[in-house]
Amino acid sequence: MTRMTTGTLALAAVAAALAWMAGSAPAQQKEVVIGEQCDRTGATQIVGVILCPGIMDYINLINSKGGVEGYRIRLVEIDHEYKVPPAIEAYERHKAEGAVSIMLYGTPQTQALTQKLNEDKIPGTSPGFGTSAAANGTRYPYIFPVAASYWSQGAAAIKFIKDRLGGNLEGKRIAYLFYDNPAGREPMVILEDLRKIEKFELKTFAVPPPGVELGAQVLDITQRLRPDFVISHLFGRSPSLAMKELKRAGYPLSKVVGLVWASAEADVQAAGGWSVAEGYHTVQFAGVGDDYPARQEIVAMYKAQGKGPPKEMQSTVYYNRGLLIGALHVEAVRNAIKARGGEKPTGEDVKKGFEAIHGLTLGGLVPPLELSASDHEGGGWVQIFQAKGGKFVKETDWFRAYQEVLAKQLKAE
Amino acid sequence: MFHRESGVFKTSYVADMAVYPLPIAKWTVAALTALFAVVVPLAMSEYYLSILNLILIAVVGALGLNILVGYTGQISIGHGALMSVGAYTAANLITRLHAPFWLALPAGGAMAAAIGTVIGIPSLRIKGLYLAIATLAGQLIIEWTINHVPWISGGVQASIEVPRPTFLGTQLRTQTQLYLFLLFFAAVAIVGTINLARSRVGRAFIAIRDQDIAAEIIGIDIFRYKLLAFALSSFYAGVTGVLYTYYLGVANYEQFQINVSIDYLAMIIIGGLGSVLGSILGAIFVILLPIATRWLLEGLGGLFLSSADLANIIPNLRLVMFGALIVIFLALEPEGLSRLWRNIVAYFRVWPFSY
Repeated sequence: MTRMTTGTLALAAVAAALAWMAGSAPAQQKEVVIGEQCDRTGATQIVGVILCPGIMDYINLINSKGGVEGYRIRLVEIDHEYKVPPAIEAYERHKAEGAVSIMLYGTPQTQALTQKLNEDKIPGTSPGFGTSAAANGTRYPYIFPVAASYWSQGAAAIKFIKDRLGGNLEGKRIAYLFYDNPAGREPMVILEDLRKIEKFELKTFAVPPPGVELGAQVLDITQRLRPDFVISHLFGRSPSLAMKELKRAGYPLSKVVGLVWASAEADVQAAGGWSVAEGYHTVQFAGVGDDYPARQEIVAMYKAQGKGPPKEMQSTVYYNRGLLIGALHVEAVRNAIKARGGEKPTGEDVKKGFEAIHGLTLGGLVPPLELSASDHEGGGWVQIFQAKGGKFVKETDWFRAYQEVLAKQLKAE
Repeated sequence: MFHRESGVFKTSYVADMAVYPLPIAKWTVAALTALFAVVVPLAMSEYYLSILNLILIAVVGALGLNILVGYTGQISIGHGALMSVGAYTAANLITRLHAPFWLALPAGGAMAAAIGTVIGIPSLRIKGLYLAIATLAGQLIIEWTINHVPWISGGVQASIEVPRPTFLGTQLRTQTQLYLFLLFFAAVAIVGTINLARSRVGRAFIAIRDQDIAAEIIGIDIFRYKLLAFALSSFYAGVTGVLYTYYLGVANYEQFQINVSIDYLAMIIIGGLGSVLGSILGAIFVILLPIATRWLLEGLGGLFLSSADLANIIPNLRLVMFGALIVIFLALEPEGLSRLWRNIVAYFRVWPFSY
């Protein structure tokens, strides 16, 4: 009796599913499928609700201009609530629909799918997610971080601080305030290496999950250590709390630099607005602000449909990251179709397409990426922006730092 | 029900305890085995098999939690962490000693059982909500330990990559191979739990659940059986963690956080406490419902909405529907899906002559 029920239910489910598949069989022009995973409802929805519309708008823009080399791009978005089992289901669904590349979302999801992607030979991008070691394309052939890893971000932050403090870090005190999980601890090896090279004093302050209790750490930083600079590597609700608490303790935010997930308009708003965040520095792997042709084209596209620009566009940090992800996939698919001489590409072709990306700038939104079969990070470029007068103002151009230290660490992994 | 029962007149205890009350039940089980072991893997596409695989893993975990919560009446919010104990034990054995799966699986289970027994010690003195908090502490301590001890977690990232299981020289890679692998262990778990409930141990568990003082008076060693329940249940949890690790090819602590413990509790409460069928139905419900609601919404939504709106509405509406369906099912039958099923069966058993 027990197992009989399971059987009936499973059969019913299968029947329903098959009916659905049959009903939605597409009958259109040549198309390439890209799978997109997203989190609009889970732990990181603050990012997903802005980033994913950015991706979608970019793909729609490309399709409205006639697609890529004659192919229409069909973007299949599936929300996984930042949970792993739904992400597996989403991946299998993408695979069943014939996706040639996957936009991964979330660190545990990226790790859970790494082996599957290798086996199925479908490239996946994980900008800002997953492990820094994935920059090594020989070891992880089908994972493309395509954005500065936490190691690169940490190195860039130290370089930035060095420049701000007059070119010499010897004897300076730097505080590292981080979210106490694997991603939060990841830059520490690099910071430790750099501490030895640059001879600064490094003190680390862990914020335990869920990251909403950091009064004691901030007090420690501001009253006891009194550092020359603070690096903040926090996620979710805590970046805004860190800004608020540091401000309250009287520490100047112009001596704080946040890594990529502590760096969006949403964090500033949650901290109490731009007047609170004034001076705060942020590390970015995609251009911030409105001055990019792709954004103007999207506004024009909406206008042509008789609509105003979507409200997500105002949150430029995550929206532009969405554009970056979209643009990289489109470029990889374009390279793949060209390499196949116009034929429909496979996942393997698109992998090579990613590795052939160079000179894609999108008017400064995308860093000068140079991907190759061994380097899937693309150089580890970042820009630094500062909160100033109600928006993020660019402080540096694309730069990277301490390449040799990073290379050594990558080899050791 | 595929068969109608009649002539079930039990005259001895042996007959009452039989697994198959009627000869036809034996045939049903055989047919089901053939269906799941032969027809399903041949007939279904990779995508549907992958969903079945997730369900099979969840079934093992839900059965384990049901032994503790449903049969013994103790509560645990620490089962997510116990799964990670199994996962990391196996991952370390596999990567360091190249242990095969028939060693890694029981070892992961045994380690989880050992730690689960320790977590269960407070159950000897406290019950209900108090025990819930004590096991919650277990969850947090295990999470913290794995996260901060590189020797266990394999480095900063706290994740260990594991090669897929090898059986008779073949590495199990495709969804079909993994399905058969998982099906075997899910079947073992189901048969094991059915028989546990019929055994002396299972009856002792049920006696403790119904009234622990009375159970002690009739001679059940509460100390031993409560801890045994924790150990057995944690063993299942550990095995779930190992199966999950094999299925994904990686052990990662973020896959076993507190929300996983809550999900599994939800499975057995929706499915039905103290019922094998309930654990299975609950696992199917919790894994399949979000997917099925999305199929439905995608099918219907495309008719009314633009793709941008749809992308935003589906995930949110899905959460609302998921919550609403849980409420509806529990309001309909507080004892869960398995009771609902029994009611349906009972109705049709005498249909059309209801009196």
